Amino acid sequence: MTGFFDIPSDLQHSWTGLIGLHMREALLPVAAGLLLALPIAQLCGRFRWLYPPVLGMTTVLYAVPSLAFFVVLIDYTGQTELTVMIPLALYSLVVLVPAIVDGVRSVPDETLAAATAMGFGPVRRYLQVQLPIAAPAIIAGLRVATASSISLVSVGALIGNQGALGNLLAAAQKYDRPELAVNAVVTMAVLAILCDVLLVGLRMLLTPWMPRGGTRPKPAARRAEITPEGAVR
Amino acid sequence: MIRIDSVTKRYPDGTVAVDRLSLEIPDRSITVLVGPSGCGKTTTLRMINRMVEPTGGTILLDGEDIQRQPVTTLRRSMGYVIQNAGLFQHRTIVDNIATVPRMLGWGKQRARERAAELMERVGLDPSLAKRYPYQLSGGQQQRVGVARALAADPPVLLMDEPFSAVDPVVRKGLQDELLRIQDELGKTIVFVTHDIDEAIKLGTMVAVLREGGRLAQYAPPAELLSSPADGFVEDFLGADRGIRRLSFFPSAALELTTDAVVPADAGAALITATKAPHLLVTDPDGRPLGWAGRDELTAGDIRTDRLLPYGRPFVPGADSLRVALDCAVLSPVGWAVAVDGGGRVTGVVSQQTIGEAIRAAHTAGRADEEKVAG
Repeated sequence: MTGFFDIPSDLQHSWTGLIGLHMREALLPVAAGLLLALPIAQLCGRFRWLYPPVLGMTTVLYAVPSLAFFVVLIDYTGQTELTVMIPLALYSLVVLVPAIVDGVRSVPDETLAAATAMGFGPVRRYLQVQLPIAAPAIIAGLRVATASSISLVSVGALIGNQGALGNLLAAAQKYDRPELAVNAVVTMAVLAILCDVLLVGLRMLLTPWMPRGGTRPKPAARRAEITPEGAVR
Repeated sequence: MIRIDSVTKRYPDGTVAVDRLSLEIPDRSITVLVGPSGCGKTTTLRMINRMVEPTGGTILLDGEDIQRQPVTTLRRSMGYVIQNAGLFQHRTIVDNIATVPRMLGWGKQRARERAAELMERVGLDPSLAKRYPYQLSGGQQQRVGVARALAADPPVLLMDEPFSAVDPVVRKGLQDELLRIQDELGKTIVFVTHDIDEAIKLGTMVAVLREGGRLAQYAPPAELLSSPADGFVEDFLGADRGIRRLSFFPSAALELTTDAVVPADAGAALITATKAPHLLVTDPDGRPLGWAGRDELTAGDIRTDRLLPYGRPFVPGADSLRVALDCAVLSPVGWAVAVDGGGRVTGVVSQQTIGEAIRAAHTAGRADEEKVAG
């Protein structure tokens, strides 16, 4: 009888190895998505007409099944981690772009006017005023993107050995070992929760200026709290 | 001096926000731009620090075109206070105030010391320094806004409806504070408001603008009230401009009578000697206790618990005729009580006497204006 944590050798990883792989495949795309989303959101904030089409495009990308992405990408990137991570990065945009745009837009007009009047140039104003104030909204977006990315990595199993913990689901069928499926699901859930807790901690660290508890939550802060729950799919 | 010379702001869609406006804004005084919404007052203010660029005309600061220096340098030489304060919600109060000094390259320590000094000047408790804006009341936030604008000691202060969003009691406090700070610092302040009372209270000069950004009248507040240029200005000043104008007449010259003032332990001779229908009874220190009818008083046995309230007293010299008249109107017997700085009665004055003083002041005012005109 094999145990809960005994991983079939064809997966070429131990349980902890799978966790490391899973986290890499889940978090690198979110990081890449954030790097991509920041300038896109900045453009959308600058040129307001750009936002609806950009939003539409990210939504369409989100609607493309990952399998379809794999079919296209496999010609270029083969059966590698990259083939899994590129769609995940694109998927994260659908959450991150609006999160950043809304966050930056939630900065009150008089705050922006005051910054301009004090001699802030556009770049300094974006980096020192708009982004910090948008931080809660951005982190709220990151929470959704991270949780979704951690669950989506599993589909990498479709192109062979790239599903990390998701491959355990296939192995559970192949070897008739249902405990492997349980292991995969529980481990992924725990990872998602841990990452979420870390992100919440990061937000509290970054935003000592936000009202806490019952004391007068500001509209922007409240919106940032509500978006992730509503948007989880 | 800031000289606004025939400045026009026309937007691409053809809207004219400001139309050939010319104003000379004197140094070290408060110039108020007032008018209904859409009169271009905020646009005018924002053209002074180039947050809005005019489409015609020039603005000179101390004789030099403001276009001729880098825009950030210009802006850092002008403090800016905005409605709702516009504080950086992610920075502490002390860091908010230190913003411009830090940008000008001051050291952190020096900037913070300066911020602490300014908090004191605008009447903020030093314990608030490490708080964040959300932890402050609206009035406190606005004080921070003023402190932040003063941080780098700019010669010019631009204020865009800074006190509009706070309640009337707090607003009055902030206005008084601004006048006090201005007494100490002597900045060149351009102040935008839609509240004519605020304009009259704060302004050394008041520019009334009408829709479409045209100047209706530019005058000191007393002149505005006594001789509005046209129907628009008159309407804008409101129905009680006559009463409000009394704020500009001192009450020092009012003829006070002391006949009607008697101490609580007064003898019969003192009570019967006066012809006034009502007598003001004072305590042994001379502080007012209340009014009594002459016939009700019994020598040596004045019932202080049965006196009529004396209302609010005024201080001749410190208060205006408007305050004196208000005291007389509020008084149950129609007489106002004058006190010195220590609250001791210096005399009483009837509505009739105040009315005569008002007529005299008007006559003197007209004579002055004719002298100026001639």
